[in-house]
Amino acid sequence: MTHKSVSIIILVASRALARVIQLFGIYVIIHGHYSPGGGFQGGALLAAGVILMRMAYGREASQSEVSTGAAIPLASIGALLFAGTGLITLAFGGHYMDYGAVPVPGIEEPIVRYYGILLVEFGIGLAVMTVLVAIFDDMLSVPPEERVEGGAPDESSDPVPVERRNPMTR
Amino acid sequence: MLVVFAGLMIYATLHLPERGNPEAPMHQELNLVGKPVAGAYFIQNAYRDAATPNMVTVVLADYRSVDTLGEVIVVFTAGVACFLILRRRETDDS
Repeated sequence: MTHKSVSIIILVASRALARVIQLFGIYVIIHGHYSPGGGFQGGALLAAGVILMRMAYGREASQSEVSTGAAIPLASIGALLFAGTGLITLAFGGHYMDYGAVPVPGIEEPIVRYYGILLVEFGIGLAVMTVLVAIFDDMLSVPPEERVEGGAPDESSDPVPVERRNPMTR
Repeated sequence: MLVVFAGLMIYATLHLPERGNPEAPMHQELNLVGKPVAGAYFIQNAYRDAATPNMVTVVLADYRSVDTLGEVIVVFTAGVACFLILRRRETDDS
């Protein structure tokens, strides 16, 4: 999985499917007010698109969407977006997560709750998506000397046998 | 065997009350304090409170939002735990 797949079928199909899956994930998050769905399901779909690209094209694929280093910070931002929405309502004198307490001029209270729920769903989706991608990347980043029995070693073209490598010099 | 069981389940499903019907027997129950259960309130007031047709979303993200915040924190904790256990340190790279 750390290298590009050799099959042209897998390469083309995953490239075509990943964007459709991610588009559907965004739809599931935004349309969660009217149909089954929401942040958790849509976030899982968004992560599935990224992970599919990384399984087909190797670890370096789709880094522009969720880079390996930015996954955990982005998950923090998602969780804080959720918690921060609750704190905003607290600042306006309501209960925690009581979106209707925020006075927005020109908008009635149910509509404020509507957008509060939408903001919270975005936070959930961002957190779930980046956490799933982060777990996938973390499992790929196990050092090569620890996964010799698990499957193909990291550098298959390396002439030095894996058993003779000194882990301290790497 | 499987077909008979599936047929039995489908037959039983036909007599369930309609989904989201506040007149259903389960929403007529009274809780320990003697008031109607919360589900009946959610069904009748979800759209009026949040202008959102999907009452599951309203319950999940509005009425029970602190519960959902706990779920997100659980997911986030799982991600951080995987990060701390599995991530290869950059200084180990060749």
